[in-house]
Parts: sequence; structure tokens; C-alpha cells
Amino acid sequence: MEIITQVNWSPYAAGIGIGILTWFTFLISGKPFACSTSFSRSSGMIEKLIRGSKVEKKAYYQKTKPRIDWQWMLVLGIVIGAFISAIISGDLRGQWIPVLWASAFGDNIIVRLVVAFIGGIFIGFGARWAGGCTSGHGISGTLQLAVSSWIAAICFFIGGIITAWFLFNIIA
Amino acid sequence: MTKKTVFAKAGDKAPLAWGLGFGILFGFLLHKGGVTKYDVIVSQLLLTDFTVVKVMLSAVVTGMLGIYLMKSLGWVKLSPKSGSVGINVIGGLIFGVGFALLGYCPGTIAGAIGNGFLDALVGGLAGILAGAGIYAAIYTKVKDRILKKGDFGNITFPELFRVNDWAVVIPAAAVILLLLIWIERAGL
Repeated sequence: MEIITQVNWSPYAAGIGIGILTWFTFLISGKPFACSTSFSRSSGMIEKLIRGSKVEKKAYYQKTKPRIDWQWMLVLGIVIGAFISAIISGDLRGQWIPVLWASAFGDNIIVRLVVAFIGGIFIGFGARWAGGCTSGHGISGTLQLAVSSWIAAICFFIGGIITAWFLFNIIA
Repeated sequence: MTKKTVFAKAGDKAPLAWGLGFGILFGFLLHKGGVTKYDVIVSQLLLTDFTVVKVMLSAVVTGMLGIYLMKSLGWVKLSPKSGSVGINVIGGLIFGVGFALLGYCPGTIAGAIGNGFLDALVGGLAGILAGAGIYAAIYTKVKDRILKKGDFGNITFPELFRVNDWAVVIPAAAVILLLLIWIERAGL
């Protein structure tokens, strides 16, 4: 039981576990892990609540229906799974500002939330443009040796490394 | 919205239950791996802590060996995404900018919310939903002009090189393992 209550495992143990999980998602559900499409579906569902069913007529939502599917439940499951792991290992935070952020940019909550929101826009927009995120391309696509996914995953890190360097060395 | 339109296929709940179950295990492992935390993800982008790369590459090598074995046994079919330079390079770089600003990605932000990080819940989640909505709004404008530039379809490296799957899988696994050993030796 001690393993279950440890906050951190070796990154290799966690990674191998995720790799083994992908065998079963392929076998049982016939698909790999992916997350970002669910945010498009959710965004469409929210827009539908506000503007009505005409939202479904948009070309994008013809292709990606604003409905709950396997992957949407997967993302909900991630929240629950991380919550379970955090609570049994005494790591549930309730924290507004990450330590590394505070060390470079201070402890103003509004500043952090605004930057997180802007970053989120880039992530949501970029993931849909790229056709996937760090799970769909970065893990599931690369392990299938898909050309598109290796290119996308490398670009995620090139963009991320340059931007992080700029933020922490020039702006901070 | 009625229940019928919310669920993709009414009455077809088994796949949804499996999705939830896989998600719970995935989220559990993401937290145990430390990658539900801004500090860990941004330290990777600053190249001071290689936890994210270690989790990802060990998942890729494990997954790849199993999936290609099951493929050769005829148990599973691959589903590689189609892509192009316009899709993957431009989209990837835009995503990367957000990756550094937010410090979470679409999967790990779900884990970060479960872990209790409120900047993920209040700032980041709203941003991702807005960004996805903006993309849906401009999709028809970029679809034909930019997304088709440098199209290469849904090919895999064994198909690209026209070789047996294992002629790529084995060397790829070897390179990833050597890279991980090198990262450990370098103390990263």
C-alpha cells in the first residue's frame, strides 16, 4: 500500500504504466489516448447553450460534433484519477500560483490567471490546428510512428523551449 | 440539450464507461509521474528537469513495442493521424507558445485540476475552451489555404521508408533507450 500513498513514482514507472495502458485502449476501445478534441466538443456544447443549435452548422462542428464521447469521458477520468492519487498521497493543493512561477514573476494571482488564460488560448487553438496535443500526438501518435505526430511533438517542444527561455530570461 | 443529443450514440454507454475507467488510470499515473504540476512541466521546457521527457519516452517505447506486436498478430489496427507541414509545424509551434505560458497541456491540465491547481481550473481551462472555440470559428478560413500545405497524409515511418515495421520499431526503441540512458548519465 505504500506505493499507492507515495506522492511521486519514478517517471519511468509512470511512463511504462501509461505505455501499457495504451495497449488496452487499443485492444478494448480501438483507439489511443488523446485529449484536446474534448475541449473543442466542450467549447461547442457551451456555445450551443448560449446560441442554440445553429452552432452545430459550423463546418468544424460538423466534423467534430459538440457531444460527449469516449475521449470526453477519458478527460473527465483524468481529473478523477489525479484527484484520487493526490488525495491518498496527501498532495491535494488548492494552490493559485505555482512555486516556479512565483519565483520569477511574483505572487500576484491576477497576473498568473491572465497569463494562464492567454496560454490556454494558444493551447486550445494550437492543439486543434496541429490536430492533436501532447497525448494525441506526443504519446499516442509517436508510439504508432506516425510522421505527422513526430513533427508535431517536436514543434510543441521547440515552441515551448523558446517561449519558456524568453519568459524566464528576458521578461522575468 | 436533451440527453439524446448530448451523448454521441444514445444507448451506447459501454465505450463511455471504458473511456472513464482508462482516464482514471491515466490521471492516476500522470499525478504519480509528477506531470500534473506547472513546476515540473516548465522546468522541462527550461531544460533543468527531464521528468516530462522521461515519462513520455518510456510510455512511447513501451506502447510502441506492444502496439506493433499486437498489430503483427492482427489484434489491433493503427490509427495514425494525417498531417501536413501547415498543420503540424504551424499548429505545433502555436501550441508550444501556450505550453510555456500555461505550463499545462490539455491532458495534464485535467490532472492539474484534480491535483488542486486553481490557476489550471480558473485561468487555463477557460483559455483552452476559448482557444478551441476560436479555432472552430476560423477553421474554414485556414482549411484550404494553410492546412493543405505540404500534405503527407496519415503515413507512418515504416510506410514512408517502405520497410518492415520492425526495421523501424527496433532502432527507434534503441535510440530512445540510449537517449534516456544519456539523460540519466548527464544527471538531468
